[in-house]
Amino acid sequence: MSLDTANTTGFAAVDQEELKRARAARRERLGRWLLPLLVMALAVLVWNRVVVWNDIPKYILPGPVLVVSTLIHDAGILFPALLVTLEITLMALAVAVIGGAGLAILFTQNRWIEMSFYPFAVILQVTPVVSIAPLIFIYVDNRLVGLLLCAWLVAFFPVLSNTTLGLRSADHNLRDMFQIYGATRWQRLRYLQIPSALPYFLGGLRIAGGLSLIGAVVAEYVAGTGGIGSGLAFRILEAGYRLNIPRMYAGLLLIALTGVTIFGVLSFLSHLLLHKWHESAVKRET
Amino acid sequence: MAVQRRAIQPLGQRPRVLQMADVDKSFNGGVVALRQMSLDVHEGDFISLLGPSGCGKSTALRLLAGLSSPTSGRIAWEDPHGAGDLSVVFQEPTLMPWATVAQNVWLPFRLKGMRYDQVKDEVLEVLRLVGLEKFAGAYPRELSGGMKMRVSIARALVTNPRLILMDEPFAALDEITRHKLNQDLLELKAKIGCTIVFVTHSVFESVFLSDRVVVMAARPGRVIREFTIDAPYPRSEAYRTSADYAAQCRAASDALYQAMGEAA
Ligand SMILES: Nc1ncnc2c1ncn2[C@@H]1O[C@H](COP(=O)(O)OP(=O)(O)OP(=O)(O)O)[C@@H](O)[C@H]1O
Ligand SMILES: [Mg+2]
Repeated sequence: MSLDTANTTGFAAVDQEELKRARAARRERLGRWLLPLLVMALAVLVWNRVVVWNDIPKYILPGPVLVVSTLIHDAGILFPALLVTLEITLMALAVAVIGGAGLAILFTQNRWIEMSFYPFAVILQVTPVVSIAPLIFIYVDNRLVGLLLCAWLVAFFPVLSNTTLGLRSADHNLRDMFQIYGATRWQRLRYLQIPSALPYFLGGLRIAGGLSLIGAVVAEYVAGTGGIGSGLAFRILEAGYRLNIPRMYAGLLLIALTGVTIFGVLSFLSHLLLHKWHESAVKRET
Repeated sequence: MAVQRRAIQPLGQRPRVLQMADVDKSFNGGVVALRQMSLDVHEGDFISLLGPSGCGKSTALRLLAGLSSPTSGRIAWEDPHGAGDLSVVFQEPTLMPWATVAQNVWLPFRLKGMRYDQVKDEVLEVLRLVGLEKFAGAYPRELSGGMKMRVSIARALVTNPRLILMDEPFAALDEITRHKLNQDLLELKAKIGCTIVFVTHSVFESVFLSDRVVVMAARPGRVIREFTIDAPYPRSEAYRTSADYAAQCRAASDALYQAMGEAA
């Protein structure tokens, strides 16, 4: 690429340009991390000052320092709870991936199956989970299974719809190519449709990751305090009843951090799988 | 099964490979894309289908490739065992972006159930033929348009098929690259002795490349003239500036204008 643009005259100018571009790129990379961190720090500072200057009592709005110290102090309660929520989230995500992608493959293999079942997938998706969850907990005895089911209901649709779209989006000339070489249906799926669908699937996966956490938390709320399990949502609810506001904030912080981590991990996975070839992940050298 | 070298017989003495006889093709919407099209493809031919846009060149090619079937008429391979032994080069390189150059070229073998190490030599040999042996491990996005097209051609050559169909493969490239690839294609063909049906809307390209030019007219798509280009191979860049070439181009051009005049 650089060969095309390089010319024998004006190397100095090119060097200047290159330098300037490199500097701009470095600034941008730095800014991408630094700016959000700065804004975040500023927000925390403002929060802290508002609490201190106005003498706001901790049962109304605890300051950031108190929230963090509560997080450390209550770690013995909060982290086991986090593990429970995380377990449900990840299991739901796994089932959503298997169910969503599997169903998508089934749909693209057979139009009749798609016609028959797609409407149900849409109905499940558009019905708010809080309205189905109580029913689920009536019919499903096992609490874990109930929670899983709720989280799965929220999370599987983006995987299903994105993967279906991806499986369909294979280049039509490549399809013709496969046909000319006598590819079997399985070969076409394996070597053409699945790789074509990968970026779409990963996009759906990133959405599903966040949604399965939401699903797990919402389900826990609905399941209420009656159960034996004690995920983060349950702990927040419990702290709310006791007016332990700092612990509510600490739990909230933990959930938010978990969500961000899930998103980060899935984005990284997506980068790993796509960076060699897909436009979305490729840094074009200019 | 390394890339074979077949001897090319002179025009008129070549055995027939594929015959298209009185083919009509219409689409559901009632569009008559082809009417009474006949075409004989002989072993070693370099046939150009030349015609204005929409005259049914791609349709004819897809019929030959077996990607669609004629509404009436007949398309028959001379040797039934060899039926469908062909490859296609489309206008776009049509590479799998997630696979390296070597993996893309391996595709036809892979679909026949052959592992890469079984056919590695063939893959690398065609890559050498198209001048891309250094790029075996590169991804398509790292290549220029002309290089991608070479990969696409390498993939078409690697199985050493009886027939190669090309649908305006160089139309999207700049003129210098196009001339270079024209030249390279002729060299490859001389080396391997393959049979090519080449779709183009460029008079100059068709005359430079082929030994038979089939001029088509639109609405309905049909063959209106067929002539041979006698200039001997190898044809070099010098041929492009020869009087003979100019005369042939004028004849083809006249035929093409006649085709477009009839259509209008
Ligand atoms: N799948 C299809 N369905 C309906 N009509 C079609 C289809 N494919 C081609 N046609 C019609 O058939 C005619 C010939 O099309 P074709 O693509 O073969 O032309 P072409 O000569 O390759 O043109 P170009 O040089 O622009 O590629 C056109 O009128 C086109 O509208
Ligand atoms: Mg066409």
